Amino acid sequence: MGSIWEYANPKKFIATVDRVLPFVAGLAVLSLVVGLIWGFFFTPEDYRQGSTVKIIYLHVPSALMAINAWMMMLVASLVWLIRRHHVSALAARAAAPVGAVMTVIALLTGAIWGQPMWGTWWAWDPRLTSFLILFLFYLGYIALWAAIENDDTAADLTSVLCIVGSVFAVLSRYAVNFWNQGLHQGASLSLDKEENVADVFYHPLLVCIAGFILLFIALVLLRTRTEIRARRTRALLARERMT
Amino acid sequence: MIALFLRDIRLAVRAGGGFGLGLAFFLIVIVLVPFAVGPETALLARIAPGILWVGALLACLLSLDRIFALDREDGSLDLIATSPLPLEGVCAMKALSHWVTTGLPLVIAAPVLGLLMSLPSEGYLWLVVSLALGTPALSVIGTFGAALTVGIKRGGLLLSLLVLPLYVPTLIFGAEVARAGATGLAVETQLVLLAAVTCVTMALLPFASAAVLRMNLR
Repeated sequence: MGSIWEYANPKKFIATVDRVLPFVAGLAVLSLVVGLIWGFFFTPEDYRQGSTVKIIYLHVPSALMAINAWMMMLVASLVWLIRRHHVSALAARAAAPVGAVMTVIALLTGAIWGQPMWGTWWAWDPRLTSFLILFLFYLGYIALWAAIENDDTAADLTSVLCIVGSVFAVLSRYAVNFWNQGLHQGASLSLDKEENVADVFYHPLLVCIAGFILLFIALVLLRTRTEIRARRTRALLARERMT
Repeated sequence: MIALFLRDIRLAVRAGGGFGLGLAFFLIVIVLVPFAVGPETALLARIAPGILWVGALLACLLSLDRIFALDREDGSLDLIATSPLPLEGVCAMKALSHWVTTGLPLVIAAPVLGLLMSLPSEGYLWLVVSLALGTPALSVIGTFGAALTVGIKRGGLLLSLLVLPLYVPTLIFGAEVARAGATGLAVETQLVLLAAVTCVTMALLPFASAAVLRMNLR
C-alpha cells in the first residue's frame, strides 16, 4: 500500500472502486436492514412520544450525513484547489446531490415527527432554519456545477463557493440561534456526555448511523466512478470527431 | 483605482447604467406590501423594519449582475485584469462603486419609505444606521457572486440562488437592529454583530472574488 494520493489516478481509483464497491454496498444494505428492523420492531415505545420516537432511526442519521457530506465536499474541494486531482473534484461533485437528498430526508422526517409532537409541521427554529439554509447552499452548489461548461473552471469555482459557503453556513447557524429561541431538543448523541438517549434506542441507532455512512460512501464511490467514465466517454467522442 | 471607481460611477449614473433602477424597485416593493397585507397602521408598523430590510436586499440583488457583466461583454474586464492594478483592489472598488450607486441611495430613501410603512418615530435612526452598516456587506457579497457567475450567459437567476443564502446573516442582524430600534429595545449586541459581519466580509471577500475572477478569465 502506497500513499492515499495513488487513488488520484483515475484508473487506479476505478479499479479499487470496482473491487470495494460490492462490499461497501452490501454492508450498507445489511446494516440498514438490521438497524431499521431492530429499531422499528424490537424496541419499546417511548412513554411520552409513543411510536413516533422511532423516526429517530431515519432522522438522526440523515441529519448527521447531511452535514458530513458538506464537510467531505469541503475537504475534497481543498484537495482539488491545492493538489489539483481531478478525482477529488469529481467526488465533491458526486457528493452534492446525495447530501442534498439527506438534507431533504432530515427535514421531511422532522416535519412528520413534529406534526404530532410539536403540533406543527414547521417552526422557525434555529436548527430547522439552518438546515433549510444548508439545503439552499446545496442547490446553489449543484446549479453552479451544472451551469459552467468548462470542467476545470467549474471545479475551481464550485470549490471556492464550497469554502466561502462553509464559512457562511457556520455563521448562519449562530446567527439564527440569536434570532429565535429553539424548539428542537439538544444533541441526542455525543461522545463526551453522560446523557445520551437510553441504551435500548441507542444501539439500533448506532447501527442505522453506520448504515447511512456506508450508504453515503457507496453512493459517492458509485457516482464518482460514473462521472469519471462519463468524462472519458466525452473525451473519446471528441477525439473521434477530430479524426 | 480611483479612476476605475470614478469610471464605474459615471457609467452607472449615465444612460443605460441602471442607476435608480434599484431605488425604483425598492419603492415598488414597499408600495405593494400595504396593498397585500392591508392598510392597518399597527400591523404595518410592526412589520415595517423587516419589510424595509427585505426590500433593500432585493433591490441590491437586482443590480448585482451589472457589476462585471457589462465590462465582460465589451472586453474592458480583460484589460482591467491585465493592467498593473491588483485584482483584489479592482474587486473592492467594484463593490464600493456598487454600494455608492445602489446601497447609498437605498439608505437615504429608507426613511421616506419608512414613513409610508408608518414606522414608529424611534425606529428611523436605527433603520438608517442598520442599513448604512449592512448594505456594504450586501455589495461585497454580491460582488463575489457576480464574479462567480461572470462567465455564464443569463446567470441572473443562478446569481440570486448563490447569493441569497450568503445574505442570511446580514439580513438577520440588520433587521434585528431595525426591529429592536423600532420597539425601543437595546440594540448594542445586534449592532456590534452586524458591524462584525460587514467588517469581515469587506476584509476577506475581495480576495475570494479576485481568485474566482482569475479562474473565470483564464
